Amino acid sequence: MIEFHLDGKSGLSPYQQLVRQVRHALRLGLLREGDQLPKVKDVVADLAINPNTVLKAYRELEHDGLVAARPGVGTFVTGTLSGTSLAALAPLRQDLRRWLAKARRAGLDEESVEALFLTTFRSASREDIA
Amino acid sequence: MTWLTWRQLRFPLVSVYAALAVVTALLAGTRLVGGGDPGDGEFWYSAGLFAVNGLPVLLGVFWGVPMITRELEAGTHNLVWNQSVTRTRWLAVKLGIGVPAAALTAGLLSLVVTWWADPIDTSPVPERVRNFGRLMTPVVFAARGIAPVGYAAFAFVLGIAVAILLRRTVTAMAVTLVVYVAVQLAVPLAVRPHVLPPVGDTVAITAANIAGIQAEEGSGGDVPEALTVRGPAGAWVLTNETVDANGAVVRPLPAVVGGCLPPPVENAHDVDLAQIRACFARLSDHGYRQHLTYQPASRFWPLQWVELALFGVLSALVTWFCFVRLRRLS
Amino acid sequence: MTVLRARDLGRKYRRRWALTGCDLDLPAGHVTGLVGPNGAGKSTLLGLAAGMVEPSSGTIEVCGDVPGSGPAQLAKVGFVAQHTPVYANLTVAEHLRLGAHLNPGWDDGLARDRIARIGLDPALPAGKLSGGQRAQLALTLGIAKRPELLLLDEPVASLDPVARREFLRDLMESVAEHGLSVVMSSHLIGDLERVCDHLVVLVDARVRITGEVEHLLATHRRLTGPRRDVGTLPADQHVVSVSHTDRQTSVLVRTEAPVLDPAWDVGEVDLEDLLLAYMSNPGTGRPPLEVVR
Repeated sequence: MIEFHLDGKSGLSPYQQLVRQVRHALRLGLLREGDQLPKVKDVVADLAINPNTVLKAYRELEHDGLVAARPGVGTFVTGTLSGTSLAALAPLRQDLRRWLAKARRAGLDEESVEALFLTTFRSASREDIA
Repeated sequence: MTWLTWRQLRFPLVSVYAALAVVTALLAGTRLVGGGDPGDGEFWYSAGLFAVNGLPVLLGVFWGVPMITRELEAGTHNLVWNQSVTRTRWLAVKLGIGVPAAALTAGLLSLVVTWWADPIDTSPVPERVRNFGRLMTPVVFAARGIAPVGYAAFAFVLGIAVAILLRRTVTAMAVTLVVYVAVQLAVPLAVRPHVLPPVGDTVAITAANIAGIQAEEGSGGDVPEALTVRGPAGAWVLTNETVDANGAVVRPLPAVVGGCLPPPVENAHDVDLAQIRACFARLSDHGYRQHLTYQPASRFWPLQWVELALFGVLSALVTWFCFVRLRRLS
Repeated sequence: MTVLRARDLGRKYRRRWALTGCDLDLPAGHVTGLVGPNGAGKSTLLGLAAGMVEPSSGTIEVCGDVPGSGPAQLAKVGFVAQHTPVYANLTVAEHLRLGAHLNPGWDDGLARDRIARIGLDPALPAGKLSGGQRAQLALTLGIAKRPELLLLDEPVASLDPVARREFLRDLMESVAEHGLSVVMSSHLIGDLERVCDHLVVLVDARVRITGEVEHLLATHRRLTGPRRDVGTLPADQHVVSVSHTDRQTSVLVRTEAPVLDPAWDVGEVDLEDLLLAYMSNPGTGRPPLEVVR
């Protein structure tokens, strides 16, 4: 079982934060198939958060095939995000390290690196949509 | 709702009834029975008049007005109107408890005072009545019998209505007082004399029945303007005019009595009243008579009932107004 | 299902319209945040919904009936007014008694439980309570009445952060357990973000925008790029706010479609950005779309 938390400064809405925290836990192996997600009632009591927000987050996860709701029992993990992707992670990370070293040598500070990465990332994903 | 209203009114209610008990005890100890010098009772007599005349408006001002304004000023109407009780019911309960409480209080006080003053009010000896008003005089009439019940009910709903209109305690109290006093002046002046057709009577002017002479200052000493004669015992005399043989009112008095008034003297004891009265009695020789209209003493109870009914109707009208305005209150 | 429906609703005080032309459909079982600058008409709208105020124009229907129309209707709607009034000379326990007497659906267990948890002395007259405690008492009355719709006018303004969180938690539990609908006005965007899934933004006595929070966030974008005239934007991008420097233009737009113009750096907006953009740009009383065209 995981415990949710909300970060007021994250810039993300509570709903997005819940989805992200579940995905994160799945990716890191903190949640495995068959595990139960916290009950809506408990999340509401813990975080003083709108139950509809929790339901919406769970519905989105369900839509993505990651969890399944069993009426009257709770919501359980059915899918996974780790596995194959976890293995592919290491070489990608190595590539990124190399690129970062290059960027530093070119005189970019942390902020410039971040800005460059984000704009490239965004325009690339936009091209994908288009 | 009843519980809440009772909870809010219980302190004023209990204190007023405690005061009422004290007043009753005091009056019981000072009641004039049989003989005794009537002068002893004068203080208590006046106090009783004052109390019964004043109580209704005090109840309107200190029970009625705050019952509404305290809620509006503290904003608690926002609380109570959002429970599962309509504001109409809220007001109905307040009135349902407040009006009978006020009417009963005034009724009890009036009962006690009427009982206390009964030996004086019904005394057949004119001299004994001299220091006191007669039952039919407006100020006494309003402090006896059942009329105060109507006054209290009216004053209470008036306080509520003014409070709903003005919303502020102090202003609403002042306006309630002013309106109530205006009504209490208007009724004996303009309404009560006419609700039952007054009795008319034309009597001879004699030295014995002249009660008063009104004069104006003229160039050659005082000129008699009008005179009044004694009315029937205990009656509330409304008009008291001298008329000529054709029944027309004469004012100022004719020249026949022009010389009746003596020149001003320094010592009032030197004036011979009997001689002056005899002089004025000459009017009847010239065909002048005195015309009276009055409400006889026997109409005391009928008029009390009419008064109660009148104030009952007034209270009902004001209550209706309260409910109409209540919808627009926020 | 709609819990609150308003059509061309308006309320005039003397010569000033406190609320005008208000069309709303608020869904049942949701928590709607009412946001706007002071004097924008939030309290008026809540008062109209509670039946405390009569409309000057238009209609409003709450839980299927005219507000304040009878005891059954009053039982369905709870309202805690601003400044949370309570009877100063009644004790805390007497307030609960009042609630029990006046409400058919009164949940005495819940009320006592809350009072005990907050730590209020039942024998204390309400006049001796602090502002925050008074608010807690008024809110307890509102929740324990078990309404279908609870209207709250700046309910947490006088509470300390701990009490505020506790109150919101109780409120959210009621939403989860009993399907309570809530409409609350607040200036605290952090709280709104946490508890509201719908928003109504009032500016200058009018509804500026209303909708589901996630949908609003998903359909608003901040565009930054070289300075340009916002009149050249595509017709489906409605400008909410715009600011220029001599080289750069920053626009907050509402659009259902993705922004494809490569000249723009497209950023997401959070709730605070969104609310501030709407509240500080009152428009001209027309939807922002027409302002641009």
